[in-house]
Amino acid sequence: MCLAVPAQVEKIEGETAVVNLSGNRQKAMASLVPDLKPGDWVLLHAGYILQKIDEKEALETIKLLEEVYGNPEEV
Amino acid sequence: MEILKRFKDPHLARRIIEGLNAALGGRSLRVMEVCGTHTMAISRTGIRSLLRGRIELVSGPGCPVCVTDVADIDRMLAYARLKDVTVVTFGDMIRVPGTETSLLGERTRGADIRVVYSPLEAVQMAKNLPDRKVVFLGVGFETTAPVVALALETARQEGIGNFLVYSAFKVVPPAIRVLLEDQEIALDGFLLPGHVSTVTGSLAFAFIGKEYGLPAVVAGFEAVDILTALHRLTEAHDQGRSEVINAYTRAVREDGNPAAREILEKCFETVDARWRGIGKIPQSGLKLREAYAAHDAEEVLPVSLTTPPREPAGCRCGEVLKGKLVPPGCPLFGRACVPESPVGPCMVSSEGSCAAYYRYDRGEGRRA
Ligand code: SF4
Repeated sequence: MCLAVPAQVEKIEGETAVVNLSGNRQKAMASLVPDLKPGDWVLLHAGYILQKIDEKEALETIKLLEEVYGNPEEV
Repeated sequence: MEILKRFKDPHLARRIIEGLNAALGGRSLRVMEVCGTHTMAISRTGIRSLLRGRIELVSGPGCPVCVTDVADIDRMLAYARLKDVTVVTFGDMIRVPGTETSLLGERTRGADIRVVYSPLEAVQMAKNLPDRKVVFLGVGFETTAPVVALALETARQEGIGNFLVYSAFKVVPPAIRVLLEDQEIALDGFLLPGHVSTVTGSLAFAFIGKEYGLPAVVAGFEAVDILTALHRLTEAHDQGRSEVINAYTRAVREDGNPAAREILEKCFETVDARWRGIGKIPQSGLKLREAYAAHDAEEVLPVSLTTPPREPAGCRCGEVLKGKLVPPGCPLFGRACVPESPVGPCMVSSEGSCAAYYRYDRGEGRRA
């Protein structure tokens, strides 16, 4: 029930956003997350954008994991 | 975002498992996940059975539908029976058994019950049905309550007075506290709910370390997320570090989502609430504040129950929700109780522990 799925913002119109959810375009309420821009990735929950997905953090997490565990793609 | 795919990478996952096994040595740890989405993900990815004997992953009270008290469900059914009421709900609730029937049962008897994906759809319905009262069933945790609060604000601003909310919303930290106080449950750490934490922030769970001396890790929902979280939990446990670790930094900040917390605080106050299997937990429920009384179904449309609330006969969801019983340990599991004809809510909900075990972990041990 606390499921939230990644989607990409395509357009912002005031408090509403148009997001792309695995190829489907839909409307989402953007009032919980300020300063959204087209291209941002977000978590969508029950028609609302719950949070921005921080790409820098995602990259860093993976980089760190590869340092610790090795990069499986390089083997 | 290309990088998100890496969190599903099975090769990376395998390496983390190797690292985790090395860190564990010969020991085994007992870790509780307190999120229905984790319960499903852990079973579906095979992590639960892969780690069997090393990390025992126990499901806790993380499925909102499952922890909803029977009396609350009976009240929702009573709303459905009112002539001029349309009940609107998330899909997960529809088959959950109350004392005598379910929403689905009421619907076959003619009640107007509709399933939505977003509470905003319910507001729109209320607008389109001015002669009816539209009661939205508020079931969920900190992730969902702010969203419903925002929908309610929209209804208020647009003057849609017939949009009502029945709030059975709950907050997670007080439930974790109750489990920590229970000596029988004996855990080595917690996997914390990622999307609840997106709203509350990781610091909302700092008390687990400070007051109970256990490590806890906020985790995302892909295999790599869950395994990393377990590895970090194991390390923290080894080093005696009792702290909250955030292993889902791409979505969770220390202070969560301030706007979501603000609307939550504005619309709701915490009150004592009953949880299935656990009973009354102080300050664990969310009730609409007085300023919103005109939209509070409990205030506008009080219903009384004709029969005393009763748990489904033989169902042991209560013990399952506390991590005291593994689903296959219930005598009805897989026999009288299967997803197609569920006896209790833990088999009904798509993220209930019994449903997760039935689909993916049928052979798991019979003891918690
Ligand atoms: S298997 Fe069915 S009857 Fe048993 S605890 Fe789970 S939901 Fe209840």
